[in-house]
Amino acid sequence: MNPNLFLLVSVILFALGVLVVLTRRGAIVILMGVELMLNGANLAFITFARQYGTPEAQIYVFFVMTLAAAEAAVGLAIVLALFRLKETTDVDEISLMKW
Amino acid sequence: MEMLAFFVLAVLAVASALVVLTRRNEVVCALALASNLVSIAGFYFLLGAQFIGFLQIIVYAGAIMVLIVFVVMLLNLGEERYPERGRAQKWLAPILSLIFAVILAAVLWKTEPLGLGEPPPDFGTVAVLGRELFTRFFYPFEVISLLLVAAMIGAVLLAKRRI
Repeated sequence: MNPNLFLLVSVILFALGVLVVLTRRGAIVILMGVELMLNGANLAFITFARQYGTPEAQIYVFFVMTLAAAEAAVGLAIVLALFRLKETTDVDEISLMKW
Repeated sequence: MEMLAFFVLAVLAVASALVVLTRRNEVVCALALASNLVSIAGFYFLLGAQFIGFLQIIVYAGAIMVLIVFVVMLLNLGEERYPERGRAQKWLAPILSLIFAVILAAVLWKTEPLGLGEPPPDFGTVAVLGRELFTRFFYPFEVISLLLVAAMIGAVLLAKRRI
C-alpha cells in the first residue's frame, strides 16, 4: 500500500483545519480547527514511523497529544473567561486589546 | 481488504472534517470532530501503531471531546451568526488553503514513496514506547509533565471567578 495516500489524507485534514480557523468565528470551533490540524500532523508522524519502523515519531505523537490536552484546557478556560466578560464567543466581537 | 478499510476511513475523516467546517451548530461540530478523531485512530491501527491508536481514543475522543462538549453545553451558545457585510476573508481563505494543500500534495507527488513494508514485530507496542520514553526521552517526558501542571493551574486561574 502506498504510504503517500496516508500523507495525502493528513494534508487534506490539515488544510481543512486551517480553513476552519480562518473562516469560522466561534472561538470553540476555532479550537476544534486547531485540533484538526494537530491530528493531520500526527497522522503524518505515524506514517513516517511505520515507514522507518522506529519508535521516535510515535513518541513525538505522544507529546503532541499531551500538548493538545493542555492547549484545549487553557483555551477553553480562556473562552469561559471571555464569555463571562463579553457574553459572546464571537472572535470578531472580542477586540479588547485592539487600541 | 486493507485498501477498503483505508478508503472507508479516509471518506469518514474528510467528511466529518467538512461537517466541522460547514455546520453552524457547535454541538454538531463537536460530534463530527469526535467521529473524525475516532477515524484517525482507525488509521493508526491500520498502520500498526496500537498504543497510539488507543491513546487517541482515550485522550482525544474521550477526554478532550468531553471538555469541548462540556463547555459548549455550559455556554449554551446556539447557532453562530454570520456577518452581513462582505468580508475578503470569506473567499480569500478557501483559495489560500487550497493553494497550501496543492503545494503540500505536489511535494508528496514529487517524493518517491519509501513503501510501508513489514514493520518490526514489536512496532507500536507499549513495551517499546515505554522503554524509549523512560530512557532516551526521559527529560522531554519530565518537561511535558511540568507543562501539564502549568496548564492545569492556568486553566483553574483563568476559569475561576474570584481567586
